[in-house]
Amino acid sequence: MLEALIVMALGAVILGGALGYASIRFKVEGDPLVEKIDAILPQTQCGQCGFPGCKPYAEAVAKGEAEINQCPPGGDDGVHKLADLLGREFKPLSGEHGIEKPKSVAFIDEQTCIGCTLCIQACPVDAIVGAAKQMHTIVAKQCTGCELCLPPCPVNCISMVPIAESVETWKWKYPVFDLKQKRAA
Amino acid sequence: MRRLFNFHGGVKPPTHKTHSNREPIAQAPLFAEYVVPLHQSIGGTPQPLVKAGDLVLKGQRIGAADGNMSSAVHAPTSGVVKAVEMRTAAHSSGLTTLSVVIESDGRDQWCELTPLDWRALPPAQVREHLQNAGVVGLGGAVFPSHLKVNPGKQGHLDTLVINGAECEPFITCDDMQMRERGDTVVKGAAILRDLTQAKQVLIGIENNKPEAIAAMEATVKALGVERIEIVPIPTRYPAGGAKQLIRVLTGIEVPHGHRSTDYGVQCFNSGTAAAIYEALELGKPLISRIVTVAGNVEKPRNYEVLFGTAMKDMIALVGPKPDTDRVIMGGPMMGYLMPNDGVPVVKATNCILVGSAALFPPPPSEMPCIRCGECAKACPADLAPFELYWFSKAKIFGKAQEYHLFDCIECGCCAFVCPSRIPLVDYYRFAKSEIWARERDNSAADTARLRYEFRLEREEREKREKAAKLAAKAAETKAKLAAAEAAAAAGNSGEVAAPAPGADDAKKALIAAAMAKAQAQKAAVAPANTETLTADQQAQVTKIEARRAEVEAATAQAAQATLAANPEAKSDAE
Repeated sequence: MLEALIVMALGAVILGGALGYASIRFKVEGDPLVEKIDAILPQTQCGQCGFPGCKPYAEAVAKGEAEINQCPPGGDDGVHKLADLLGREFKPLSGEHGIEKPKSVAFIDEQTCIGCTLCIQACPVDAIVGAAKQMHTIVAKQCTGCELCLPPCPVNCISMVPIAESVETWKWKYPVFDLKQKRAA
Repeated sequence: MRRLFNFHGGVKPPTHKTHSNREPIAQAPLFAEYVVPLHQSIGGTPQPLVKAGDLVLKGQRIGAADGNMSSAVHAPTSGVVKAVEMRTAAHSSGLTTLSVVIESDGRDQWCELTPLDWRALPPAQVREHLQNAGVVGLGGAVFPSHLKVNPGKQGHLDTLVINGAECEPFITCDDMQMRERGDTVVKGAAILRDLTQAKQVLIGIENNKPEAIAAMEATVKALGVERIEIVPIPTRYPAGGAKQLIRVLTGIEVPHGHRSTDYGVQCFNSGTAAAIYEALELGKPLISRIVTVAGNVEKPRNYEVLFGTAMKDMIALVGPKPDTDRVIMGGPMMGYLMPNDGVPVVKATNCILVGSAALFPPPPSEMPCIRCGECAKACPADLAPFELYWFSKAKIFGKAQEYHLFDCIECGCCAFVCPSRIPLVDYYRFAKSEIWARERDNSAADTARLRYEFRLEREEREKREKAAKLAAKAAETKAKLAAAEAAAAAGNSGEVAAPAPGADDAKKALIAAAMAKAQAQKAAVAPANTETLTADQQAQVTKIEARRAEVEAATAQAAQATLAANPEAKSDAE
């Protein structure tokens, strides 16, 4: 009886020690789920989801504090991916957080810009170049199209320009065939 | 006889080559207008070097390579730049691309040509020259050649393969070039042999071109070049694919994710070899190529065509039949349907294939895949086309990539043999462009994430620095105060009992100093516009000053009066 107890206790101590060591030695930095969710999010940092950036939203989704359909730039496609990752049910984009728009970049009308630097302070990815009383301009390549620079502009000189399809970004269409022709054949 | 190898799969479509290879290569006439797209090779879009109104000479550089993975573009003839604007590209999308529109002056006057003494120069300089001469692969992929003229990691190549196979139906431009201008190809091959330090050069030509083989063999003998061998290979589509030709000639199968140079083999198209010869020995940039104009036309033929020539001008030369309804760039297997016949001939245009409903009947509608496996038997890249089809159709792109979608060369063998007549290549092209788009989005998202994180970090750092600065300033003031206090204490060392007034005095002194500084600053800023005034203006100014003095005096008086009337107010005010 006593022997059995000692054996069991010893086993518990050894295994507990091993587990404790492993939890310290192989500790995972950060929450891997948050990273995975963050990787799906489009990184526009627009805050339309109600959180101050993509990472905070990812954290909230991981904790179950936010729905997966609050990211309009990610679109339905993004919601599908989040649903797949988290094993949740797909939901269409919630209207209160905005609607999915075609991808755009901000454009500053340089005739109207007064050089107030307010948009520079608002840009989450430092994609606006300029200085006080100097004309500002957008680095289109870095612009995520978050629209955060629109409200602070006192002279409404910023507009969103949809990104036009170019020869480089053009995509082959999904092959379709004519049903009519099929009937004829 | 050299031992040849076999590649997996392949098909034997009707070759239709005899239509266009009976007439010698003709020079296309000079047209009134040339539209030269700047983006004509894989890689970055060249920067325009000319603007509307500029005069250009034939061969003058009009687009400078943008980065290493890019190639220059040149004026095809002399004339005036009418515009640098967006024009429809020779691309299935029908979208526009930045192009230089040149109005020919009819003189066709060359700019000064500078041949390169390539033997004496370091390889990097030769590569730069090739890049500036706009030499790209003319087999159809238009990969910048200067990146390929490289002996590789081991310092030399075992085998340099010159691709004269030309397996695609209808196309005979390489065939005719080797027959008539074989010397340029062989000389180019010899240059490439020396530049890449290749031990042997194999020029692979499909055995359905006996004239080209004979002509090339005679040229090699006549020129007396060493280590260059003409190798006739069996005719089977797509023997002209780089990997397939390397397999046939050397037996080396380049595995997934590797380059042929890892195995000491490099492959150039025969036309590219000729272009490299002209660029180095004659100093001529790449401004024209041989183009087969064939298909639904009366007199199919090969022409030497300047880049920027409208395809319809070329088609008009060969007499299109009345039922013509489409223009394809390239051959019937791998070609791309053009949005209209007005698009320009570019470096990738090996063939202008004129089509009609009779010549290329509309594909019968697609039937379900029955998994017969015919496509896998025909695939020269050893893929499983039916799996790729399923995954592309279902948009499971990750799986499609796992099945090596990007090893697909879009040769069309699978669709050619498919009993269900599924346009398989269309599905692969769709899946590939979707995957590319996603990768672009992902890399943009990664950049945005990095930049956002950097911004947060920068804001934190700025906050910290500001706090540190303030703390330093506060400490400085405190030290000053302490010093003043110490001085005061030293001044009246007898009165140990009253340190408080000393501190008060020091504070007051600081305030007084600050006020004096402010006053001095105010005085220093004199109004800038009071130097040259008319008497009238001066009078106005004096009047205003007088009024201001009055008002100030009145205010002071009022304040004094209030003070006198209500002494507590003073303490309140203080």
